[in-house]
This record gives sequence, structure tokens and C-alpha cells, in this order.
Amino acid sequence: MGRRSQAAAVLMLVAAVVVTGCGRRRAATPQPAPSTASTSSPDATTTGAPPQRVEDALPVPPQPLGEDSIGNRPLDDLNRDSPLKPVFFALDSSDLDDAGRAAATANADVLRRYPTWVITVEGHCDERGTPEYNLALGERRAAAVKAYLATLGVVSSRVRTVSYGKEFPFNPGHTEDAWAQNRRGHFVITSR
Amino acid sequence: MGLAAAVVAAIAVAAAQDRPAGTPQAQQPGEIGVVITGDPGTPPRYAVPDFVALTPDAAESAKTIGQVLWDDLNFEQEFYLIPRDTYSSIPVARTIDALPFAAWRELGADAVVFGTVQQTGGKVVVQVRLLNVRSRQTAFAKEYFNASNPRAYAHTIADEIHQQQRGLRGVARTKLAFVSDRNRDRLVDTVENREVKEIYTADYDGANQRRITVSRRLNLNPSWAPDGRALAYTTYRPNPDIFVSFIYQGVMQNPTKGVGANYLSIFSPDGTRIAFMSARDGNPEIYVMNVDGSNVRRLTNHPAGDTTPTWSPSGDQIAFVSDRTGGPQIYVMGADGSNVRRLTTNESWADRPTWSRAPFNEIAYAGRTGAGFDIKVYDIASGQTRQITFGEGSNESPAYAPNGRHLAFTSTRFGGVQVFTIGRDGRGLRQITRAGNNQTPAWSN
Repeated sequence: MGRRSQAAAVLMLVAAVVVTGCGRRRAATPQPAPSTASTSSPDATTTGAPPQRVEDALPVPPQPLGEDSIGNRPLDDLNRDSPLKPVFFALDSSDLDDAGRAAATANADVLRRYPTWVITVEGHCDERGTPEYNLALGERRAAAVKAYLATLGVVSSRVRTVSYGKEFPFNPGHTEDAWAQNRRGHFVITSR
Repeated sequence: MGLAAAVVAAIAVAAAQDRPAGTPQAQQPGEIGVVITGDPGTPPRYAVPDFVALTPDAAESAKTIGQVLWDDLNFEQEFYLIPRDTYSSIPVARTIDALPFAAWRELGADAVVFGTVQQTGGKVVVQVRLLNVRSRQTAFAKEYFNASNPRAYAHTIADEIHQQQRGLRGVARTKLAFVSDRNRDRLVDTVENREVKEIYTADYDGANQRRITVSRRLNLNPSWAPDGRALAYTTYRPNPDIFVSFIYQGVMQNPTKGVGANYLSIFSPDGTRIAFMSARDGNPEIYVMNVDGSNVRRLTNHPAGDTTPTWSPSGDQIAFVSDRTGGPQIYVMGADGSNVRRLTTNESWADRPTWSRAPFNEIAYAGRTGAGFDIKVYDIASGQTRQITFGEGSNESPAYAPNGRHLAFTSTRFGGVQVFTIGRDGRGLRQITRAGNNQTPAWSN
């Protein structure tokens, strides 16, 4: 998982640089480092980051996100390389774990910065449940993300939810890695 | 005699009203004959040779009708169908008078079908007789015309022979609806690279696969109206919402009208109501509405997820899936939401119930076995479970044939996700789809 997602992150970063010329992003690691490590280590912010040489090549510091570079990009580009990170879930669960809450919190920060954005949280599932059950599970995942965002001050009128069950896997593989990437609340910016 | 003739006439009228254009009509009642029996303790042995082409244009149809009729009669396992490749020694009869009864008897046939096809211009006339090889008497005789294709003649003949000879409601004229990604179209209104899934239909044997929706969106979970004239399904526009498409009229209705997210619609047995799952109140729950969207009522109220409703044959109960006790299990309640009780207790994960149709009273479902699912059947009266599939791929989304003797389901056993049918005894596996991936079959009445 680590190698694959790091490679994916590198690719996405390269794409971001090519498309926008900037846009340093936090690693899109499906399973960030354990919370114990990130709370105890002074290097916590780099724990889940992509390889160092890529970071070195990036001209813009990680936070805050460049207002102009994000605010001016077409919606499709923005979503393709989104500042809003997925919230990942355990098997047959719609509970946000520590990593999920951290991702949702970071997304809430971005949404505070762009108060006009309206988003859709898509609930997705891995292929191991039936297509019918996964529609309900995806609904509950999306609803759980929306509820947590609400506790962070993101008003519900800005958050639409939808379940795609297991219809649109992000990783078409049949491995634990693939399944982990496909169990998610996926954020899409629908207007701004 | 008079009663039988009246029944045939009634069937013809019903066919004209309820069936799509192109289904052949019986023109005249046949001779009233006796039921053809086999040797004691064995099913009657049927021979179905090619039909006779009375005009040169009809040659291909004549061959097709014979082959399809053989397949249709074989499907219900009520008769033993003598393999067609053993008929080569039998002289071909051009007329009924030339039928070589002795040769058919020698081959072991108890019954033989003799049919003719006449094609003049666009008009096709098919005559068929079912003959008792021992007595040389006609048991069944009819003339058909106006079918949309040769297979439709065979399907109608098969259903009528099953009805007349066995009192059995055949399914040769039924259809399957399912979801397929075979077109490989891409969604146009999303930032993600996602495939369109459209609703398709096929004859019960997999022939005549046709695309029904042309929305270039995600379409899921078709279910048939009991009269076979409409399909209810979910379309993402982009909000998932229930649509009812009257497929022969080209009329579409949207009973849920965009109120929340709505999924897994299923018609009540009398066709007046639709049960569905909705998250409109924040959590997946079971709802019922009239087909026109009026009189929406919420049936479940539980913080767990309640989903995938299915009606009992009488329409007074609804089974559904809930994970209120942990893993998904199958529950039953009254159609008004009363008296919720758990049905499955021996499964770690019991999902996607489909209630059989009368006269059977059982629920097929997907039960987790190892890495995937197998199709199992829960008998309501006895509480016993029997297994239909045994670990070849993952087997999901069971749907009953209207006579309760077969199930459609999806399996990954040969790669991808494909629709299959199988007998309720687990025999007679038949692959229906091959193009792309295909899911969630529904079987028409």
C-alpha cells in the first residue's frame, strides 16, 4: 500500500506542478501514519508525505494553500487534484477513525477558507459487500462525514451526500490495498 | 370442450392487451387431446425436429423455431428432450400424413412436434402440432402469426405446450432486465473517470439483448412491473432517484421527485405500490409509495441501515436487510412496518433477499461463504435453508422466475460479473450475458 500510494502521490504532485505550476499538497495516503507517531514526533507533518526529493522540488510551502492557484482553477481541474482529501473507512464501517477525523478536519479548514464552495460527499465501498447493501453503506459513510463536518462548523446546506455503493471503485484491484482505497467518503467540489 | 375453447380465446385476448406488439397470437383453438405420457416413472420423451419450410424464404425461421422450441421445452425439465443430432436417420416429413411414426417410436419418442412455416412477403404463418407417437393422435394444434421474430413463435408454443400438457406456467416469453457497462461510455457530468451503466433487457434465454436506457448516466437495480410493461430503477441525475419507464410506450415517470436519495425500488405484486430504500431522512430506511409517488410512508425507523426491500407473494409483508445486530441479516415486517422480526440466524452475512412468487413461499438471498457469496434459499414454513451455488466465484443478486422454478443471479465464476440462470434445485446453469459486466437481474412475469 505505502509504495503504491506514494507513487500515486508523486504522480499527482507532478501533475499538479505541470498543470498549475504550484500547489504543494499533503500526501493522499489512504492510511496516514498512526496517530501515536504523529502526536509524538516533531516531524509529524512529514510522516505521511511523499519522497523527500519531490518535496524539495516544490517551490510553495505546504500550508496555507495558495489562494489564487486554487480559487482560479476550473472546477474539473480542482477536483481532479483536490485540496479536499478522502475520508477512509474500515470494512463494513461508517465510523470515522482518527485518520478520518483528521482528514475531515483538514477539509473543513479548506472549506472555511472558501466559504462559497458547495461540496458533495460521495460514499464509496469496496467490492466485498453486495451491490445493494453497499448503496446503504455508502449512504451512511457520506452521512457520517457530513455529520462530522457539521461539528466542525460546515453548515449542512453546503454539503450534499450521495452513495455510489461499489459502482465506481477508485482502484479496480482485488487486494486489501485496493479495497482500503475504495472505502471512502470522497469530496467533490460542485460549485464555488 | 366449450370451456377449453373459451380459455384459449381468453388467452388470446389477454395476449393482445398485455403483450408488446409482435408476440404471436393463437388464431384457432387446437383439438382437445390427451396428455402424452412416458413409460411409467419416466418423463415423456419429446422429439422436436426442424419445422418444415413451406416457402423458400421460411427456411431459416423453420430451423430456428425447431431449435428454440427444443431448448424451451427442455428448460423446465418436465419432458426428456431427445437430442436433435440423433434425428438424422428419421425421414423428413413434408406433411403431417408423411410423419414416420414408426421411426420416431424406434428412437424412443413418446411425442413428436410437427411444424410448418409459410412466409409470403412479410407475412409469416406457423402451424404446429404435438402428436402422440403411440396413438398417432394430435394432442395440440395451433396456428400462429404476427410474431416479431422466429424465437417468439417457439416461446409461445413452448409455454402453451407446458400449460396444456403439464398445467405448468412456462417462462419462455419472460424477460430479464439487468444493468450493464458493456457500452463503455463515460459519464459526462463528473470529474472522475467513470463508466456509464445502462439498463438492458433480454429474453429469458439471453437472446435479444436490448438497451433500454440511453441516459449516459449511472442506472441501477431495475425491477419489473407485474404486467411487464414498465421498469422501475434508480438513475443518478446526479442525485439518485427512482424512475418508472413504460418501455413500450416510451413514457417515463419520476415518482420520488428528487426528494432525498432513493434506491432499490421494487413493485408490489399487485403493481400498485413501490417499496424502496431512501436516505431522505438522514439514514437508509425502507419506504413505500404508490406507483405515482403519492402516499409515501416510512416503514422502518432504526439508526442502523435498513435496505433492499422485497415483497411477499401476497404483498402483505416485506423482507429487507438490516445490520442492526452487527452483520447484515434478513428481517421481515408487515407491509405497514409492523412486527419486525429477524429471519436469518445461521449466517454471518445474509443479504439481498428476494421473495419467491406464489405458490412457493421462500426467500432467496446472498449468504457470505468464504471470500464471496453464495445463493441460498430460506423456506418460510420450515425455517430450513438450502444452498443453490457452491463457491464458484461470488454469487449475488438472486431473482426468481415467475413460476418459482428458476433463479437469475450474478456470478464472477467465469471472470467479470455476468448474469446466469439456474434451476431452484441448483441444476441447469445457463449463462445469459457475456458483454462487459452485468449486474442485478430482475425477472419479468
